Amino acid sequence: MRRRVAVTINGAKHEHEVEPRLLLVQYIRELAGLTGTHVGCDTSNCGACTVELDGHSVKSCTVFAVQADGAEITTIEGLAKGSTLHPLQQAFWDEHGLQCGFCTPGMIMAAKQLLERNPNPTEREIRLGLEGNLCRCTGYHNIVKSIQAAAKVMAPGAQTKAPASVT
Amino acid sequence: MAISKMIGASIKRREDPRLVTGTSSYVDDIPQTALVHMHVVRSSEAHARILGIETARAKEADGVIAIFTGKDLKPEFGAPLPVTVCFVPEKKYPNHYPIAVDKVHYVGEPIAIVLASSRAAAEDAGERLEVRYDSLPAVLDMEKAIEKDAPVIHEELGSNLSYDMKLAAGDIDAAFREAEVTIKQRLIQQRLIPIAIEPRGVVADYKTFGGKLTVWSSTQIPHFVKVWLAVILGIPESNVRVVAPEVGGGFGSKIRVYPEEILTAIASRRLGRPVKWIEDRNENIKATHHGRDQIWDVEIAAKKDGTVLGIRPTQWLNLGGYHSQFGTFQVSGMLVAQGAYRMKAFDGRAIGVFTNTTPTDAYRGAGRPEATFLIERVMDLVARETGVDPVEVRRRNFVRAEDQPFTTLLGLTYDSGDYRITLDKALEIVDYVGFRKEQAEQRKQGRYLGIGLSTYIEICGLGPAAATEAAVGVSLWGMSVVNVHFTGKATVIIGSSPHGQGHETTYAQVASDVLGIPVEDIDVQHGDTAIGPMGMDTYGSRSTALDGNAVHLSAMKVQDKARKIAAHLLEAAEGDVVYENGKAFVKGTPSKAISIQEIAGAAFQTSRLPKGMEGGLEATTFFDPTNFVWPFGAHIAVVEVDAETGATRILRYVAVDDCGTRINPMVVDGQLHGGIAQGIGQALFEQAVYDEAGQLRSGSLVDYLVPTAADLPSFELGATFTPSPVNPLGTKGIGEAGTIASSPAIINAIVDALAPFGVKDITMPATPEKVWQLMHRNGGIKR
Repeated sequence: MRRRVAVTINGAKHEHEVEPRLLLVQYIRELAGLTGTHVGCDTSNCGACTVELDGHSVKSCTVFAVQADGAEITTIEGLAKGSTLHPLQQAFWDEHGLQCGFCTPGMIMAAKQLLERNPNPTEREIRLGLEGNLCRCTGYHNIVKSIQAAAKVMAPGAQTKAPASVT
Repeated sequence: MAISKMIGASIKRREDPRLVTGTSSYVDDIPQTALVHMHVVRSSEAHARILGIETARAKEADGVIAIFTGKDLKPEFGAPLPVTVCFVPEKKYPNHYPIAVDKVHYVGEPIAIVLASSRAAAEDAGERLEVRYDSLPAVLDMEKAIEKDAPVIHEELGSNLSYDMKLAAGDIDAAFREAEVTIKQRLIQQRLIPIAIEPRGVVADYKTFGGKLTVWSSTQIPHFVKVWLAVILGIPESNVRVVAPEVGGGFGSKIRVYPEEILTAIASRRLGRPVKWIEDRNENIKATHHGRDQIWDVEIAAKKDGTVLGIRPTQWLNLGGYHSQFGTFQVSGMLVAQGAYRMKAFDGRAIGVFTNTTPTDAYRGAGRPEATFLIERVMDLVARETGVDPVEVRRRNFVRAEDQPFTTLLGLTYDSGDYRITLDKALEIVDYVGFRKEQAEQRKQGRYLGIGLSTYIEICGLGPAAATEAAVGVSLWGMSVVNVHFTGKATVIIGSSPHGQGHETTYAQVASDVLGIPVEDIDVQHGDTAIGPMGMDTYGSRSTALDGNAVHLSAMKVQDKARKIAAHLLEAAEGDVVYENGKAFVKGTPSKAISIQEIAGAAFQTSRLPKGMEGGLEATTFFDPTNFVWPFGAHIAVVEVDAETGATRILRYVAVDDCGTRINPMVVDGQLHGGIAQGIGQALFEQAVYDEAGQLRSGSLVDYLVPTAADLPSFELGATFTPSPVNPLGTKGIGEAGTIASSPAIINAIVDALAPFGVKDITMPATPEKVWQLMHRNGGIKR
């Protein structure tokens, strides 16, 4: 009993026959071949699989692929424009907001939604906004700093700053 | 030598662009064709005999390729999984094979593997397996496990006791005779689950024609895994390649040769196809080793002025259902339990016991967090009992700068350090005197604030080779290859295997300073046994003290050869040639310099070399230091406990650490942040809990609380710099220091906050319920 699912991921159309039990994260990783979205648990606690679905951040391990039929999805691979990083990606790099990098794609996707809803969050608001995403490496200290830095760059009317050089 | 520019620079990590864009590859992301998926069927019983496993119905399921039980696979194991000496040469332990054959010893032990065309098909078929068990009583309590009538988990050992070892020095009886104050305390190191955010995973590909095995594994120790795959499977080591690709955190949980690495390789050899196994979190929580799970009973002899005369600690270690590879590493806690303090006598005893639980092994800090928790609680217990301020108790007992290098009662020699300076700096940042006034004020208002100190010292940087071979059973050293290419760019190969630590950046900084080649022109490679001679991998905060220094030494050798080549090209005496910032010139004439590019070109256009010199511009180093390294520091936590809810809020966390030279201070701070968070996790949130049948009640991330961003404060870090005298860069490890220091700082702070309630101790994790109970027992506050 397979069902047809058509989605747009990072602007590209995908269409597959899938088992109804297939999770969206499995669709994204195994059928669309986009492995930047990670799986870190099976209980929706860790948030490593966070993607954007029709403008809302969702944990893609908690959505069936068939539920996403017709949706527009953005994954971590869809954030950079050419070789220019998204301000959040740039900020995570600048502020050492990652170590092993496994939680990072989900963390950045969750942070993107957080800043879209609240462009100028306090530290406490950032910390509460990230409760659904676990990181074991950074103690969240530099993740918070990264999001604060990105908020400055992304704020409406902020000067577009040229990305800093590698070193 | 060139002036150091890159060492000490907080340059951005070179690893990050691929990680922030999701374009790197962890094991599960590596594309493979003709892949077979493996599902491991695990024991649902903690202690039972396997009467039979019926596979016929499962084999009929869609997509199934093969099913193997322990009985099927046993003949292929040329050796059991490795067990190292790790401080306990005299111990009993059973042979541990990657899969159970007759008996299971913990919930989660592998009993069969299902190989199928997809993961879902393999898991579906696994559910059709019919396993008949003869259940035996589960042994869970360490103290009861060694009682006479306790059921024996490994019958061939005769009992559940693995070892009972004395580690003593000095006259403990004299210390207790001299004591004006004696204290007894039991301290619990609860069982922890490491939870690297990437669970483990393995892909094994055995090529039948050619007999070569390649294994990709989410491991901290690809080189060890290579050796043991060869030994256990009987494949020449030269035909085995192990790759640790991007690894999503380890924290010690990926430090051992695991059953699944052997099982995927065997399955691939049998099927002639690549085999993939990816651990899910539910599996990870029971199949990947746990940490801690110890009881420390301590008796303290002290004087009224706070001087500690001696301690008598007994460490009970829960080994789990088997003795893991580094299962006794945690006894290192006993070796360093003297901490940063002088005392006259130490009377330690370590008791290792088997139980029907997941095996325990190294978890961030591995022994040193336990040691630090003990001795830092001892200092506060003495302070409470004598009425001397905890700061003063520490100052009174500290090893002094003039005592360095200081030899502990158990014979370890500290390399350097003045422990007063980190403490003073931390006290200044936190404004200790001001805090005490505020605390007194707030108590009057019914707000309970507390401050907790942890002035730790830890041992890391494992080697040296002779000492580690004697103590651990393996010679540990650092390895590097520095290879300058034709065009003057360089490749650095290291023996460490980072999984978030940023070696690709920091070791390029080290090589850049010596060779004058820009960091962006130096590529650092790691985690692949095919690219370098051998490595001792990454754990125990060892990499920078060993492999980082090996990079420096190889770069120095390359610089030396470059100078020789330059002297020849410049027609000068070698002694007259200076090498600086990637250029060589005759002393006094820097305008006529030749660059590293020109020198490298000559190294491969070999006719330009001096007579008798071989081509190439590369060097290899196996670095063996003269001692361990001993980072130290002072961590101070300020907390408030809520009298209504019992919840603890961390108001401030100040840490002043001394890890010698910092190659990249930004990376060092990051290691501290994460380490501190993990220690806070132990102090406040995390605990693995088994029920009486040996089933894990904390079996998912719903029940096992990993700290979230909302649970933690931002950290205030300070630093002092005491270069280690035992390696050329002067570096000490910092990967575990945060975890080692933070749990006692938090608990000391909570106990301090609860002092008005007569509370002298609280067990970890200090949950709101426990705190509330302590505040409300005996009718609440005592004024």
